[in-house]
Amino acid sequence: MDALSRRRFLKISTATLGLATAGGAAGPLARRLAARAAGSAAPQGIRRIPTYCSICFWKCGAVATVKDGRLWKIEGNPDDPLSRGRLCPRGTGGVGAHFDTDRLTAPLIRRTTRGQDEWTAVTWDEAFAYIAERMQTIKAKYGPESVALFSHGIGGTFLKHTLQAFGTPNLTAPSGAQCRGPRDTGFNLTFGEDAGSPERTDIRNATCLVLIGSHLGENMHNTQVQEFADAVAAGASIIVVDPRFSIAAGKAKYYLPIKPGTDIALLLAWMHVLVTEELYDTAYVEKHGFGFDAFKAEIAPYTPEWAYPETGIEPEVIRATAREMARNKPSTLVHPGRHSAWYGDDAQRSRAVALLNALLGSWGRRGGLYAPVALDIPAYPYPPYPKPARGVADDPDDKYPFKLESISTGIREATISGRPYPIKSWFVYGTNLMESLPNQAETIEAIQHLDLMVVVDVVPSEITGWADVVLPESVYLERHDELNLNWFREPYVGIRQPVVEAPADQKPNWWIARELALKLGLGAYYPWKTIEEYLAYRVTKAGLSFDELTQKGILRGAPQPIYFDQGVPEEFPTPSGKIEFYSLQLRDKGHDPVPKYTRPEDPPPGAFRLLFGRAPVHTFSRTQTNPILDDMMHENEVWVNAGVAARYGLASGTYVRLKNQDGVVSNRVKVKATERIRPDCVYMVHGFGHTARRLTRTYLAGASDSRLITRVKVDPLMGGTGMNVNFVTLELEA
Amino acid sequence: MTELVLTRHNAMIDPLLHAWGWEIPVYLFLGGLIGGTMMITGYILLKGRHRENSCVCSVLPLVGLALLSVGMLALFLDLEHKLYVWRLYTTFQFSSPMSWGAWILLLVYPALAVAWLVRLPAFLRVGQVGRLADALAESPRAIWAIGYVNLALGGMLGIYTGVLLSSLGSRPFWNSALLGVLFLLSGLSAAAAFVHMIAWDRTERELLARADNIFISLELVTLMLFLTGLLTSGASHQAAAALVLGGPFTAVFWVGVVGLGLVIPLVLQSLAVTHRTLHSAIVPVMVIAGSLVLRFVFVYAGQYSHWL
Amino acid sequence: MARFGMALDTTKCVGCMDCVVACKTENQVPEGFNRDWIAYQTDGLYPTLHMEIRSERCNHCDQPPCVECCPTGASHVEDFGKIVLVTENECIGCKACVASCPYEARFINPKGYADKCTFCNHRVEQGLDPACVSVCPTHCMTFGDLDDPQSAVSRQLAARRHHALKPDAGTEPRIFYLT
Repeated sequence: MDALSRRRFLKISTATLGLATAGGAAGPLARRLAARAAGSAAPQGIRRIPTYCSICFWKCGAVATVKDGRLWKIEGNPDDPLSRGRLCPRGTGGVGAHFDTDRLTAPLIRRTTRGQDEWTAVTWDEAFAYIAERMQTIKAKYGPESVALFSHGIGGTFLKHTLQAFGTPNLTAPSGAQCRGPRDTGFNLTFGEDAGSPERTDIRNATCLVLIGSHLGENMHNTQVQEFADAVAAGASIIVVDPRFSIAAGKAKYYLPIKPGTDIALLLAWMHVLVTEELYDTAYVEKHGFGFDAFKAEIAPYTPEWAYPETGIEPEVIRATAREMARNKPSTLVHPGRHSAWYGDDAQRSRAVALLNALLGSWGRRGGLYAPVALDIPAYPYPPYPKPARGVADDPDDKYPFKLESISTGIREATISGRPYPIKSWFVYGTNLMESLPNQAETIEAIQHLDLMVVVDVVPSEITGWADVVLPESVYLERHDELNLNWFREPYVGIRQPVVEAPADQKPNWWIARELALKLGLGAYYPWKTIEEYLAYRVTKAGLSFDELTQKGILRGAPQPIYFDQGVPEEFPTPSGKIEFYSLQLRDKGHDPVPKYTRPEDPPPGAFRLLFGRAPVHTFSRTQTNPILDDMMHENEVWVNAGVAARYGLASGTYVRLKNQDGVVSNRVKVKATERIRPDCVYMVHGFGHTARRLTRTYLAGASDSRLITRVKVDPLMGGTGMNVNFVTLELEA
Repeated sequence: MTELVLTRHNAMIDPLLHAWGWEIPVYLFLGGLIGGTMMITGYILLKGRHRENSCVCSVLPLVGLALLSVGMLALFLDLEHKLYVWRLYTTFQFSSPMSWGAWILLLVYPALAVAWLVRLPAFLRVGQVGRLADALAESPRAIWAIGYVNLALGGMLGIYTGVLLSSLGSRPFWNSALLGVLFLLSGLSAAAAFVHMIAWDRTERELLARADNIFISLELVTLMLFLTGLLTSGASHQAAAALVLGGPFTAVFWVGVVGLGLVIPLVLQSLAVTHRTLHSAIVPVMVIAGSLVLRFVFVYAGQYSHWL
Repeated sequence: MARFGMALDTTKCVGCMDCVVACKTENQVPEGFNRDWIAYQTDGLYPTLHMEIRSERCNHCDQPPCVECCPTGASHVEDFGKIVLVTENECIGCKACVASCPYEARFINPKGYADKCTFCNHRVEQGLDPACVSVCPTHCMTFGDLDDPQSAVSRQLAARRHHALKPDAGTEPRIFYLT
């Protein structure tokens, strides 16, 4: 399904490249850098080097400024269509990643029991020899499929390549089942394509924007926040559905303080209003819709009056907001969201969001969900990978027919159970699995079954503590990476290149992946010697100038149509070839063809539902040791409704601990007593409460929501782990 | 209901301003005390009573010189950029009370020194200095001039210690011109109590005790006017007054400053000067301590107060 | 000769702190200190709430108490754009200016001198916007000459409702919040 949508994307994006071919006077930057490295004294003066950001996965084009040989600042690259010359606070604070004093400095091999966090520093060669020997043993005993990779972000590209060359299909990421997987499945089931990353949301042209739990402004997906501000300034009607009065709620015309877990009820009622009042885009639905009559019959019972007791949203408000959406159609965008693994019915909720967009005719339309394009840059001609003898191990019983990506928690399960076959080695790249997977105890249990665990990271995060071998990576400002070929409004390519040198013996991921491949005897898969050779090959093959790319950081292709009315083919790669209001493939697999609402479990008396989200100055649990970002936000707080806090006698700033339904107690965390949240839930920013001692700057600052997520509700469609199903009580600090 | 969250977390600023610690109240107290002693010395000189068996003329200027040095040291300790302290004396900033103060302090030293010369102890009356001291003591015009200078500079010093705070208009608690008068009176009162404490001459002691009663009474009146002023101003000033009317500084203000520092000494001393009880050394100690606590309360509460 | 000021659109600002981070890196503001910061002000009772988000900093007042109280002249108003500045090697660190500012916009740099927002005068003199303005992903800040009725900031102030902070303090601040 994914491949199908990609094929279509390729079709529309194979475009002539209308690139300005300004002559590149200076040589590639890296060459200049190398020349500088050869010289003794740090060069004086200002140098500005374009690259792209890696503080999150958005990949904004940036320009770093080095003053007298020292990294000074990073700003947006004005040529970049994604960042439009402006980074988010994390990107601006990316300088701190280079100066982080908690960074890993040398390869480490475990000295004592796993998890004891005691190490011997070794050379890279020793580390690779150790890893390669164990990998060969595992391969001989269990087959190459017994090696799994958990990775996050573009930096994992070359490790994936090495491990696929080694022969494993088990490549996974928490960004699927724990994050956007349910959303992608829900949209794919409806439109035959997913919402993409960066999302194909035309926020800046929307005249009505509906955010369901999506907290733009706290969630700093740069392009979206910029466009959100544009939309607000242009007077767009903002409708925010959130149990918490988010920053976005503060900009909203309608704020709907929904009871957590009841979003599907609201979505069904909205669709009911649109259909019964005939406010939907009838021509669009008639032309593109499949199974609309059956859909209409299914949603008939879901009146706003029915939804009221479920959601707590008054029927008049449901009607008023539905009419507001209809008034602005098709430029009404119901945002697909991103992190969507909430309650276990998430793929169906996302499908309801997709269907609401379909009713409003926003897919393929200006101010809705556009058709993204990308530059067509050929892949490097590697030899074909060996075909794994066994398939991905994440779903042995084929329980999740609608997954689009392998299920990280499924690989974890296979590691514990040995089914369908044993997983004996984990590689972990760029993701702190202790914080990014739910139920830490299960992760630890799985690790006990491994013969080899290798973690590549920049800081000694929790997951490195459980490794056998830790490989210190240079941060993005010190390395090259794969090209950025985002699918976006316009085609472009971005390059990441080193700005400063790594302070110690840290190495770039491509070098790590390549050296490991050489040690494994997979040299045929790395015909290139340096990454510049690799990048230059690809860029040149596409008819672009590598020199120009290194100087500008970004090369843009000619604009392409992104809306139906601009000539984008009105195609939907679903089984019916249409927008599936009624899904036969869901029905055939025994699932609801039209989303249905299930009432969520209420928290027991005295307990609160634990919700989590983001702060604008941190990415996941990755940036807390960045000195600049730490300075912006050192610890998280637990948001407690002001009335509830008063009943408990808790003032803002008082420390409490949270105890979940399974008796797990959090680290101490400050109370934020606020009117900005419902009384039945509490909220925390994810990524804090680090327990790895070598993260000295952030050790035990705040509390970890992940640690309290010992229970999940698994999405029956795609195996996503709904995590907003944990209840906590407030334990006062003695 | 308003929730205001600031992401700022600057040392000495947040959550409530606390830029000045113990050094500034100590300095302001000593400044006021010295100002008071200078005025008393000046008064005695102008009255021509320097020949009497007076501690005021013989000891007080010397004590003033010593305390002034302690005060200057406290002020210096408070400076954050100490190596640049000389910058005070390469300029005069008309609008800055602190600049005025820096220069006044520079004049106070010679004024005190010259006042001390008038009754320089015999064992030091030798050579050039001795001849100068003798000449000053014999010249009514010199005595008049020295008395006048001490009276004037003492007054300026005492008032300046209050104006230093009251000129910082962004602190509603300090935002009253009465502060100069209040600190002057408090300085005079402490100085009178100090003389009362150390004077060996009974007449002098009686005189200063009586004077102190007047100073304390005026100070009480000024203090009440000051609070009235705050309470009859806008919300920010009322909130500032609340710091000592139910707020965190209430106890120390009413017990330490008003009760132990003013009212009780006034009562005890009134009984003593009317010879209904004996003079007691505890009274001047209470007055002086109250005067010090007054500076602490004002410096700390003032920093906590802010425009709403 | 200009009189620089700023207009900040509170309806666009999301309080992401990019301005704060940019100031940190641009001006190498020491760790633990802020020359600018965010104020999140929420009024009302759940769920009927109103929120105003402001990026705050030195207001470069027309009547700057910090300049008036400075005993050495280190705090001064420069000529190019009436920006309130501190000359580091003239400052004795007496903190009168810190206490005098109703916005508490000043702090003592760990090196000892009074420190605060400079409107990035080193950038402004080159015709650039201050760092905070230039990075803002929401484009919520406008910097310019308040004396020039044609400047972007003047036009915004003419067109939009706005307020300044603590007007009662009488310092005549030059940072305005559009509502």
